[in-house]
Amino acid sequence: MSLAQADLAATGLSAAPDEVLRPAPTSVLPRALGAIGIAALYGLAFLPNDYWFNAILIPFLIMALAGLGLNLLTGYAGLASLGSGAFMSVGAFATYNLLLRAPALPLAASLILGGGFAAAAGVLFGLPSLRIKGFYLAAATLAAQFFLPWLFNQYGWFSNYTTSGSISAPRLVAFGRDLSHPAGRYLLTLTAVVLLTALARNIVRSQTGRNWMAIRDMETAAAVGGIPVGFNKLAAFAVSSFILGIAGALWAFAYLGTVDASSFDLNRSFTILFIIIIGGMGSIAGAFIGSAFVILLPILISHLAESAFGGAVDAGQLQNLEKILFGSLIVILLIKEPHGLTALAAKFRTRLRQWPLKV
Amino acid sequence: MSKPILTAARRALAGAVALSALSVGAETRAEPAKQYFPLATFRVGAYASSGIPVWAGEIDYFRYVNDVEGGINGVKLVWDECETEWAVEKGVECYERVKGGKDGSPVPIFLPHGDPISKALTEKSVSDKIPIVTIAYGRTESIDGRVFPYSFPVVFSFWSEASSTINYIAEREGGKDKLKGLKIATVYHDSPYGKETQTPLAYLAKTYGFEDIQIPVPHPGNDQSAQWAKIRQIKPDYVFLRGWGVMTPVAIKTAAKTGFPVDHIIGGVWSGSEEDVRPAGAAAKGYLAVTPFPAGADFEISKKIKAEIVDKGKSDLKDPKSFGSVYYNSGLDEGIIAVEAIRTAQKKFGVGPINGEQAQWGLEHLDIDDARLKEIGAFGLEQPLKLSAKDHEGGGAGKIIQWDGEKWNIVSNGWVNSDRSLLLPLIYERAAAYAKEKGITPRADATN
Repeated sequence: MSLAQADLAATGLSAAPDEVLRPAPTSVLPRALGAIGIAALYGLAFLPNDYWFNAILIPFLIMALAGLGLNLLTGYAGLASLGSGAFMSVGAFATYNLLLRAPALPLAASLILGGGFAAAAGVLFGLPSLRIKGFYLAAATLAAQFFLPWLFNQYGWFSNYTTSGSISAPRLVAFGRDLSHPAGRYLLTLTAVVLLTALARNIVRSQTGRNWMAIRDMETAAAVGGIPVGFNKLAAFAVSSFILGIAGALWAFAYLGTVDASSFDLNRSFTILFIIIIGGMGSIAGAFIGSAFVILLPILISHLAESAFGGAVDAGQLQNLEKILFGSLIVILLIKEPHGLTALAAKFRTRLRQWPLKV
Repeated sequence: MSKPILTAARRALAGAVALSALSVGAETRAEPAKQYFPLATFRVGAYASSGIPVWAGEIDYFRYVNDVEGGINGVKLVWDECETEWAVEKGVECYERVKGGKDGSPVPIFLPHGDPISKALTEKSVSDKIPIVTIAYGRTESIDGRVFPYSFPVVFSFWSEASSTINYIAEREGGKDKLKGLKIATVYHDSPYGKETQTPLAYLAKTYGFEDIQIPVPHPGNDQSAQWAKIRQIKPDYVFLRGWGVMTPVAIKTAAKTGFPVDHIIGGVWSGSEEDVRPAGAAAKGYLAVTPFPAGADFEISKKIKAEIVDKGKSDLKDPKSFGSVYYNSGLDEGIIAVEAIRTAQKKFGVGPINGEQAQWGLEHLDIDDARLKEIGAFGLEQPLKLSAKDHEGGGAGKIIQWDGEKWNIVSNGWVNSDRSLLLPLIYERAAAYAKEKGITPRADATN
């Protein structure tokens, strides 16, 4: 392990070490599987049940997208951030104001411009990364987390002077179709997630992505090798915040419908950080796996507990037991595999490949 | 029409309702249908301690209705709980989980128990046709049911809270004309909830001529020396304290330290429970609060519940000391409003399980007058309520309670009404602006 990696590991931000060396897969199989997966997700839009859209699929996809955004910054470029929630709030409030004040703009353009505002905020609050890193940078990004939601709460203009300071989507129309029903909101979310995941995938495999990983693995070496470190760090903040901003707008309008600035508090940032720690740093799939673990597992546990003990056990006790179970699962998982679920899946795959010869 | 025919007609109607509620098959039921009533609760998380007595009050009232009164016109209530942790995602998940009903009974009313959750359900509830009832919270402009058909901020909105407090000050000072020249400082939790009272207070200050001073406290508010130093400098006549969580006891203690008289601080609804004053200890003696759920165990219904439920070991209370507390009584209030709304809906749609659309009718025609309150045994505990499509709040009055170091005592002259006639036009203006922003065509003023 190099010195820089030891440094990263010490701050708890280590990435899967083989990611850099692994060549891009050229075989047809993963691509075919990916295409089938996306088609299946689109197929789910025909589900007749609102519960699946509103409670499971939409929050899972949006938090996966947010995790993806943070993973570009933390997992690939090695820059810690606790400002994810704040960048989501910029996206949400900017998109809201664009939809409200520039009604001629189509929905997609509002979302992209909203992401653009979040990217600008990301660059601004990413400036300290030019000087500091690790825990110190995480503490500096906290400034964004405290300042931005305060700003939206403080000035009524951002929420169009509603008494409650909350914002809600004026309209969700794309290509002449109303998307305000559950399946429509799901399709909107899914499309955004698919496009942004493709974008992220291409970025990390491009020169930019390789620059980020070089900076992550050893900043001095990257600088000596001629990589413009400062520019690349700010680019990482911009791309990451862009994705987070769109995730924030989707969270506000495709998932909840009405939110206020307190929806994007520090807890949201922590949840996103846990998603990438549990899912796997420096991995696109990690964000999705982590989101499934953090968002969906508690719901699953709750359903199982209700069907098994509902009514028989005191409601308060049952809730505490569910929390204990979820917490223990996290502890066990991280002891078993500190690099997250993606690393666990990779190990399993390798074992399966060598299976008859070596178990 | 003779009585047997009427009963038969009613039964047939109830049967039809029950059948229409079943999405699959036409299974006939021998046993009487039950009314499902989901409860979104938070028994874990940061706010659990204030929530637990609320569910106890509500569940005890439901048990009382079931066991003593034999249900609502014979239709017994069944409920299950879904944990929200006061978090919006969990609340939405719970709502989606329960909204389809259970065992053939639809959901009449959903109580989100959390301001952010209620906001997130504003639009979903309209397409699902399930009334969202928020008691003493929720967005104020949803009082206008023409724009917000399924949001019911029943009893006491934040604006009424502010106005009742000002009117109590007037009562104490000897008339509304005495408000002129007073300095009234509002120390508020710096959040959308805390800022909700700024608009009505500014308007009332202009109307009555008092000076309105706003002092924010950032979340969570565990250090307020700067704010109270400022108060010492300004020397207001009264402080209106709109806190949340730990902010209230800290404010009381800091006020005592800086020498501001505690009996000139009037807490808001969420700064006025036993849980808010006990941590402040002796400093809280004399502290006032405005509330639509006065504490006390001497109301008729409290005595009946004590005898039939608590003493028989059927209560949901974890801590028997909480019986008659502000939060326990708020649970009773909520239970009474829900049951009365279902009862009203049964009058029109027949005795049987009620669905959300019918409960909306029931709520909009809810009329609990003093006579009915006496029948229930909630006279004094609950204020008279009359709702309509134009008015989803109905009451708008609070009582002022004072902490004597042991318990709360009512010190106002009965219910202190708010200046609803002054404030409603402003609320309607805001609702109209929301309707315009969202492209909603408001419903007619009255529904049949």
